[in-house]
Amino acid sequence: MGIEETEIPVITTTLNSVVQWARRSSVWPVTFGLACCAIEMMAMSCSRYDIARFGAEVFRGSPRQSDLMIVAGRLSRKMAPALRRIYDQMPEPKWVISMGACASIGGVFDNYAIVQGVDQVVPVDVYVPGCPPRPESLIYGIVQLQRKIDQQKMA
Amino acid sequence: MESTALVALLQHAAPDAGLEIAPSSDVHPTVYVSRDHILRVARELRDRPDLRFALLSEMTAVDLWPRQPRFEITLILVSIEHRLRLRLKVRVQGDDARMPTLTEVWPNANWLEREIWDLFGVVFDGHPDPRRLLMPEDWEGYPLRKDYPVQIQMKPRTTEAMQMTEEEFRANLLRDRLTRS
Repeated sequence: MGIEETEIPVITTTLNSVVQWARRSSVWPVTFGLACCAIEMMAMSCSRYDIARFGAEVFRGSPRQSDLMIVAGRLSRKMAPALRRIYDQMPEPKWVISMGACASIGGVFDNYAIVQGVDQVVPVDVYVPGCPPRPESLIYGIVQLQRKIDQQKMA
Repeated sequence: MESTALVALLQHAAPDAGLEIAPSSDVHPTVYVSRDHILRVARELRDRPDLRFALLSEMTAVDLWPRQPRFEITLILVSIEHRLRLRLKVRVQGDDARMPTLTEVWPNANWLEREIWDLFGVVFDGHPDPRRLLMPEDWEGYPLRKDYPVQIQMKPRTTEAMQMTEEEFRANLLRDRLTRS
């Protein structure tokens, strides 16, 4: 990328970096709270922590308009088909954040009813540890995801 | 009414039902009924004017494995009219885990019995809607039984995304447009 000294200011760059810059600067998460982690997710999107500063604030009610799924909470086996269906309904490109211990490895729920890690159901890009993670942790996770998107090649 | 007076009334209401009075740690009496008489006793409890246990407040099961008889179905009954509570219990054998349904006496037993069947595997004969209530419909086993492997590991079941060709997609759009016009 460079700035050229002409009458009209011109910035030269590659198409890939522009597209990836646009994608990572407007990550729209789908509203998908499963348990107590969703409370922290809501706190993250509200005024005190304000995820809008990082360009990811528009929580969508429809998976058709979303790029990111934050799996916030423990996933029961009965819920697993519904989660997979919502993921399938999201348009490409799409990313998944596994928020908290339960979503990542099952957490304290080591039993028959809870899926021991949502990566058995959907591909996960970023794991955020914590029980529940503080909003800062989730913001850090989203920033990590943005760095990951920056490094991806435009499909 | 005193607990002993209530028990005497019960004995009077169903003299040949083999009611068995068990000690309870609170003021509400505990009465064991055999499985064969439960339906008749339940009707008497609901309909007799001096009892009127019209409200089935709670219905659940206890798994006493490996003791026999293995299951105890517990009902908490409330008589709003006479301000009484009663704990009714039915013993059910593990190798013959079934009892008659009480939905015709108390309609709200429907979901409670579905839950007991779902989690304990006690069959309710004559139940109008014998489906699982809490677990997925294709679940195997009864999770609240004491011999159930709690930390079971298995792959979660998901459904495949719907796949369609471009022609099918266009045909769907066209059909949609035709039905709207």
